[in-house]
Amino acid sequence: MTSVPMTQSSAAERDQHEGPFLQVENLKVTFPTQDGPVTAVSGLTYSVEKGKTLGIVGESGSGKSVSSMAVMGLHDAKSAQISGSIRVGGTEVVGLSESHMRGLRGNSMAMIFQDALAALHPFYKIGGQLEEAYLVHHSSASKRDARRKAIEMLDRVGIPQPDRRVDDFPHQFSGGMRQRAMIAMGLINDPSLLIADEPTTALDVTVQAQILDLLQDLQREFNSAVIIITHDLGVIAEMADDVLVMYAGRCVEYGTAKQILTSPEMPYTWGLLSSIPDVTASTDARLIPIPGNPPSLLRPPPGCSFHPRCVHSSKVAGDLCSTELPELLPASSGTAHLKRCHLTDPVGVYRSEVLPEIAPELVEETR
Amino acid sequence: MTQDPNAQAQIEPTELGANAAETGDRQLTDETSDAYGSHEVGVGNLDFATVAEMGHTATQLDPLAPAVLSVDNLKMYFPVKSSGVVRRTIGHVQAVDGISFEVPKGGSLGLVGESGCGKSTTGRLITRLYKPTGGSMMFEGQDLAQLNNKQMKPLRRDVQMIFQDPYTSLNPRHTVGAIVGAPLEVHKIVPKNQVLKRVQELLEVVGLNPEHYNRYPNEFSGGQRQRIGIARALTLNPKVLVADEPVSALDVSIQAQVVNLLQDIQTEFDVSFLFIAHDLAIVRHFCPEIAVMYLGKIVEIGDRETIYGRPHHPYTQALLSAVPDVKQAAIGGRRERIRLEGDVPSPINPPSGCRFRTRCQFAQEICAKVEPPLLQIGQRHKVACHFAGELGAHPATPVTTALLGVDDQGSPVSGAAPTNTQLTIPGYEETWYDLKTRQTTGV
Repeated sequence: MTSVPMTQSSAAERDQHEGPFLQVENLKVTFPTQDGPVTAVSGLTYSVEKGKTLGIVGESGSGKSVSSMAVMGLHDAKSAQISGSIRVGGTEVVGLSESHMRGLRGNSMAMIFQDALAALHPFYKIGGQLEEAYLVHHSSASKRDARRKAIEMLDRVGIPQPDRRVDDFPHQFSGGMRQRAMIAMGLINDPSLLIADEPTTALDVTVQAQILDLLQDLQREFNSAVIIITHDLGVIAEMADDVLVMYAGRCVEYGTAKQILTSPEMPYTWGLLSSIPDVTASTDARLIPIPGNPPSLLRPPPGCSFHPRCVHSSKVAGDLCSTELPELLPASSGTAHLKRCHLTDPVGVYRSEVLPEIAPELVEETR
Repeated sequence: MTQDPNAQAQIEPTELGANAAETGDRQLTDETSDAYGSHEVGVGNLDFATVAEMGHTATQLDPLAPAVLSVDNLKMYFPVKSSGVVRRTIGHVQAVDGISFEVPKGGSLGLVGESGCGKSTTGRLITRLYKPTGGSMMFEGQDLAQLNNKQMKPLRRDVQMIFQDPYTSLNPRHTVGAIVGAPLEVHKIVPKNQVLKRVQELLEVVGLNPEHYNRYPNEFSGGQRQRIGIARALTLNPKVLVADEPVSALDVSIQAQVVNLLQDIQTEFDVSFLFIAHDLAIVRHFCPEIAVMYLGKIVEIGDRETIYGRPHHPYTQALLSAVPDVKQAAIGGRRERIRLEGDVPSPINPPSGCRFRTRCQFAQEICAKVEPPLLQIGQRHKVACHFAGELGAHPATPVTTALLGVDDQGSPVSGAAPTNTQLTIPGYEETWYDLKTRQTTGV
């Protein structure tokens, strides 16, 4: 594998860069298909600062993975049209050449995938795969250094007897240990940005808790910016500082975890909250699904893309919902809280209609 | 094969089918039925109140319901063979090792635990996809464990299964009509010319468009495929449904649709569920009674309020504390949790005594020596732990010594006869062992 080592000066520039480490502006990703272009992500804007965690939630097909793969530069330039701007530590990565991209990927930004068994090569030893990730970005390092680093990282992520397990193959690890090994691989070059795509979805709750603890400890230690992609709102509540809710390729609500989960102002977010049961909720709480299915991105609905499934659109005057795409505007609870909805009094609707059904025990508190 | 007149088309297209249809699964307009087949999107003109009405609250417990299925000391050991020409059996995977429980009529029992704890094996034993190594499963006066395949066939109508993955559990080369209709032909319940009619009724019950019977599974979304799997399981009017992770492969918003559908089916047709899942919140919503498994054994079983409100087994407590909680957003940060170290031990060579002791913070000498019995400690609550107690209030000395005839270190006391009266029956006794007084008490 060839690599373009980062020069010392550019690495220093990255670290001293002012403002949020990752800035995504007006991102649009389109895939041409036989049936026409599919716009998987459009008009997406967000930023993540160092030491902060952004949670991205949404159903499958909402564009959450596509957008983060665009950040990592993992889309094939031949099959994906990317426009807008993605700046990682001040470096614009949209349109960056593959060789420069390689210098960034795995070095200043890394990704953890959902299925660790599929993401690790079954034919190579865990240690070998970790060493490769290190050597690619440290061309002056010897193999012995790389091995020492691999053992050190396995130890950091809590794998017992790392000096022996380093020579194991992925199938000899349990599910939780494989996920740890992949986290070790992602962190081996101390990246400033870590993207975790459903890092715990395939795991048991006890293992999930271990992995989330580990991610938080490592974030504190390395002060990295973290993006967690998940559909588990519980994970979001415990991990994320800011939350981005995506639907049909667009951001529909954005705010701090507290704003989004305690005073959401977009019917889709209400739908997500009402369709998951909670281990501590009252047993009188109803489980209210979002009716229908996510739309096809080949021919997205006109106007607000959520309107065909929205049960509150009758509260909007005329047929605004089906004709005009709502802007992403500040919500009533704070300027940092943005929502994309035509409803005039979302807070009132949420408190008087939605909350009594999904969390009857909370109604008293919020009044 | 006898014809059961009652079994004929009991399921009428009911209101619930119509309701589900209204919510949009059948709002098939020409614009949406494009290349993506039946990925229907619209909801029509529903308002929130109507949709909320169709959402269900958690299922309530019926304490007087008789047991429809009674499992006693069920065991399943899978042989481990050596490599080479002569493949000798060199050990056994003790996947399920002596579990007892009852499934109430028209009710649901939840089975939770980490992967590898034997919960799916239990489901497959009850549907007799495996023949158990030992124990009994009493269903309508017959022991399912003892029947051979021929004797089992008429009973297979009554015990059906819903699988986890709607992508691999439907044959991609068969139409929906063939998939849902196959059980009818195998069991020769309705004449051939009426199979289609019955299939369409079933599709309507699960909220699919009955006209889609000639489509193939690939034309449906994940949630709709799961509905097809549910329709197939309902075809023969089963009395017990084993649902093995029925929603874990689905998107969040679709999970709630399927859970509501299962609740509709339960009230409509009085089906009993053995609900196997690792998502503790879904199980809490669907099942008024829950059994927690660890490494092939039930460690705690009881009603919802007890298991989720005041669990007594350290493993149940750890499991519950690990679940991320949405309400945490109001407070910020992570919840305090009990950290379990390491992985689940191998079921080929499980730890002696209590199987959880290697990861338990309360483990003492007695835990390695004596296996804790599944002891009834409340009206509807059983726990298998020498130091059973509420979180933060675990007793300092073992609670089981008097019953087992051992001292605090687990060594047998001469002359003390163990009283094994209520240790392993499938249901609950009228009297139980009170942890505070360490005496047997009753209502």
